[in-house]
Amino acid sequence: MVPTHYFLFLSAVLFAIGAVGFLIRRNPIVIFLSIELMLNAVNLSFVAFSNLLGSLDGQVFVLFVMAVAAAEVAVGLAIIVAVFRARTSIDVDEMNVLKW
Amino acid sequence: MFNILWLIPALPFFGFLVNGLVGKKVPKGIVSWVACGVVGLAFAAALLAFKDLLALSVEERFVTQTLFTWIPSGDFLVNVGLQLDPLSAVMILVVTGVGFLIHVYSIGYMHSEEGYGRYFAYLNLFTFAMLTLVLADNFLLMFVGWEGVGLCSYLLIGFWYDKPSAANAGRKAFVVNRIGDFGFLLAMMLIFSLFGTLRFDSIFHQAPLALTFGGGMATTITLLLFLGATGKSAQIPLYIWLPDAMEGPTPVSALIHAATMVTAGVYMVARCHVLFLLAPVSLAVVAVIGALTAIFAASIGLVQNDIKRVLAYSTVSQLGYMFLGCGVGAFAAGIFHLMTHAFFKALLFLGSGSVIHALSGEQDIRKMGGIAKKVPLTYATFLVGALAISGFPGLAGFFSKDEILWKTFCSSQGSNLLWLFGALAALFTAFYMFRLLFLVFHGKSRVEHERELHLHESPPTMLFALVVLAILSIFGGYVGVPKILGGHNLFESFLEPAFTRYFVLESATEGLHSLSLEWTLLLASVAIALLGIFLAWVLYLKRAQIPATLTARLPGIYNLILNKYYVDEVYGALFVIPGRKLSEFLYARFDLGIVDGLVNFVGEFVVRAGEGLKRIQTGYVRQYGFAILLSALCVLGYFLLK
Amino acid sequence: MTFNLVLWGILAAVALGSGLAVILIRNPVYCALSLVVNFFLLAVMYLLLKAEFLAAIQVIVYAGAIMVLFIFVIMLLNLGGEETRDRLWALRAPAFLLGLVLLVEVVAALRYSAFVAENPALSFSLAIAQPTTIGGVREIGRLLFTEYLLPFEITSVLLLIAIVGAVVLSKKEAP
Repeated sequence: MVPTHYFLFLSAVLFAIGAVGFLIRRNPIVIFLSIELMLNAVNLSFVAFSNLLGSLDGQVFVLFVMAVAAAEVAVGLAIIVAVFRARTSIDVDEMNVLKW
Repeated sequence: MFNILWLIPALPFFGFLVNGLVGKKVPKGIVSWVACGVVGLAFAAALLAFKDLLALSVEERFVTQTLFTWIPSGDFLVNVGLQLDPLSAVMILVVTGVGFLIHVYSIGYMHSEEGYGRYFAYLNLFTFAMLTLVLADNFLLMFVGWEGVGLCSYLLIGFWYDKPSAANAGRKAFVVNRIGDFGFLLAMMLIFSLFGTLRFDSIFHQAPLALTFGGGMATTITLLLFLGATGKSAQIPLYIWLPDAMEGPTPVSALIHAATMVTAGVYMVARCHVLFLLAPVSLAVVAVIGALTAIFAASIGLVQNDIKRVLAYSTVSQLGYMFLGCGVGAFAAGIFHLMTHAFFKALLFLGSGSVIHALSGEQDIRKMGGIAKKVPLTYATFLVGALAISGFPGLAGFFSKDEILWKTFCSSQGSNLLWLFGALAALFTAFYMFRLLFLVFHGKSRVEHERELHLHESPPTMLFALVVLAILSIFGGYVGVPKILGGHNLFESFLEPAFTRYFVLESATEGLHSLSLEWTLLLASVAIALLGIFLAWVLYLKRAQIPATLTARLPGIYNLILNKYYVDEVYGALFVIPGRKLSEFLYARFDLGIVDGLVNFVGEFVVRAGEGLKRIQTGYVRQYGFAILLSALCVLGYFLLK
Repeated sequence: MTFNLVLWGILAAVALGSGLAVILIRNPVYCALSLVVNFFLLAVMYLLLKAEFLAAIQVIVYAGAIMVLFIFVIMLLNLGGEETRDRLWALRAPAFLLGLVLLVEVVAALRYSAFVAENPALSFSLAIAQPTTIGGVREIGRLLFTEYLLPFEITSVLLLIAIVGAVVLSKKEAP
């Protein structure tokens, strides 16, 4: 079988990719996509450990993560839609009113 | 009676509370009744206590009453306790008795004043503080009374607070007193560190064992205590506040600056006689300063032109006598003079108040004269007072002053030189007192016409006090008639147990005892008194042009004395002005610069830091994310590296 | 053995490729689609790790519902790529650097942490994961309703809140 640490490496790389994506894209939708990528990388990690340790706790946790991600996406997209209605541009850098 | 000893100070305090709180809103009659009533009741209580004390046998005449524990702090335990022995019994009688008379007198004198309630409240508070001082059984409580009388002195001197001279005089009195209090405090601390307690009884029992005779510790403590006494009792070098204190109302001068507060120093020295007897150097200092002050102040009084100033310098001089008596080991004689002085000095001050009242406020004796017939009772009582202070035979002052002079001459602590000073001071006293009398009451009237029209005798409330004090000045001395004149000197024997309770110094007060010597000195005292009176008569009545000629011939000396030897100016240059400059410097550099600067700096710093830090809030989400990720990585890195 | 590894390698490569595509492609629709591909691949990984139920859920929920929602919104907003100049382009290089650092740190954590020392299966030697039989739906369901009941219920409340929030936020202002 595939050694566990291979999965963990993959998970780490995917997480890093997601983090970088969060920082360099300006479209909020794509930022959200990067966040989802990060979450999934972590899910992979959980499942890998659950497989290693022979306990199902990891998988249950993954379930919860998915549920929370779903909720978060719903609300987040609703916010983006609302902001777009107000401003018509969705460049994240344009939303900088809350500053000093 | 002894378990209601506390009533004696408590009654005037109650009067203070009442008059202080509601004095403005109630009619003057009520204020008067409350104020005089409490002091009168306190006097009655003092009489009862005195009677009960006499009922005890001589050895038992030492009663204490501890009211409550005041400061229980580890090793430091101080109670509020009262102590009644012959010494404090004499003091409470004098304070409440003379105090009562002066309270009654004030009703008449201050009747048209606006701050009537405030005046009597302060007067009652003063009485309370003074009684606390003399009844205290430990140093700390005595110090409370000590400070209290200083405070009341300030309040009463500056009674007419919108008069700048009065306000300044009050402040001067308080500050100069404070210097003395510093010495008192240091002495208290030394005593506590050495004896572990502040109670008189314990200290005086231990003292002969704990202090080496003539040792450094004993000398230091007693010198510091004496410093406090010079402040409170206006001796050299801290007497300068007393003449200025005449800015206050005359009854205040009578009570505080003649009969009671200024005697606190003498009382304190007498109370601590054990400590002083163990330090002969300090005793010598006390005697010398007493004698010097006596003659110095008397010389200034020779040429003063304000009626109250003459009496003020006279007080300083007479206090010098009391210290001289204590300094040669004759503590009983010093206290005797304290008592008689209270009588005739209060009489003289109240009499001068009566004169001022009659002349509608005139105080300059150059503008008085010839008023004897218009104010007969005032004149008569004033004459009695003048005779008493001059030491005219038969009156109170004669016995007490002579006692001191005799002891100064013959005691092993005394010296002939000191006797000479005392005798000279007596001469001056008689002279300036009768100068005052003649200039004020006799001769041609130099009174301004306006005032002359309103000349009138004082109201009965004022005259009553004058008469009673005159009687006391005449007969008060008979309790101390010395043996050579056939008396038993009841006063001295009454006080003896208070002064021999702890140890008996080898008959320091009974040195040379030749009878003929004693008679000689007695007659010398009489001669001096009569000489002084005669000289005053000559210079001011018979050949009234002489003083003017003398002044013209010796302008230098005259001006020197008239300006009080410029002592105030010297002090000003040496202490006051540098002190003020130092304060201003400290204020500008330290208060404003450092303290304010620090506070302002903190404020400024916060504002600047805030302005700097606010730039983090750029509004760009990606930067926030970047920062979060960066810090997360740092934390992770830190844990990895551990 | 090696066949497994090779297969896994291919799957991993595609997953990485699609991940990179998500963050690098301009057009948001293409980004979303490549993320879908990523999710499918992850589902396969789960299967490899004997998490059958999760694989199914991953496809149904993530790829099937969440990504559909994403596509909906992208279409709704009718977005193009990013045209205007990036104001914060100075952030690019540090961002990549940060990503690199993150990777290094996580790997270091894996390599050197105490947990790894206790579990030789995690070490870098090619140790083999113990074959265990982990159940599917039944076992997960049992856990969910016994030990993890509270989080389960709270999650349902959370979903309710999300629904309400989404509805409120996307309402048009009343005219």
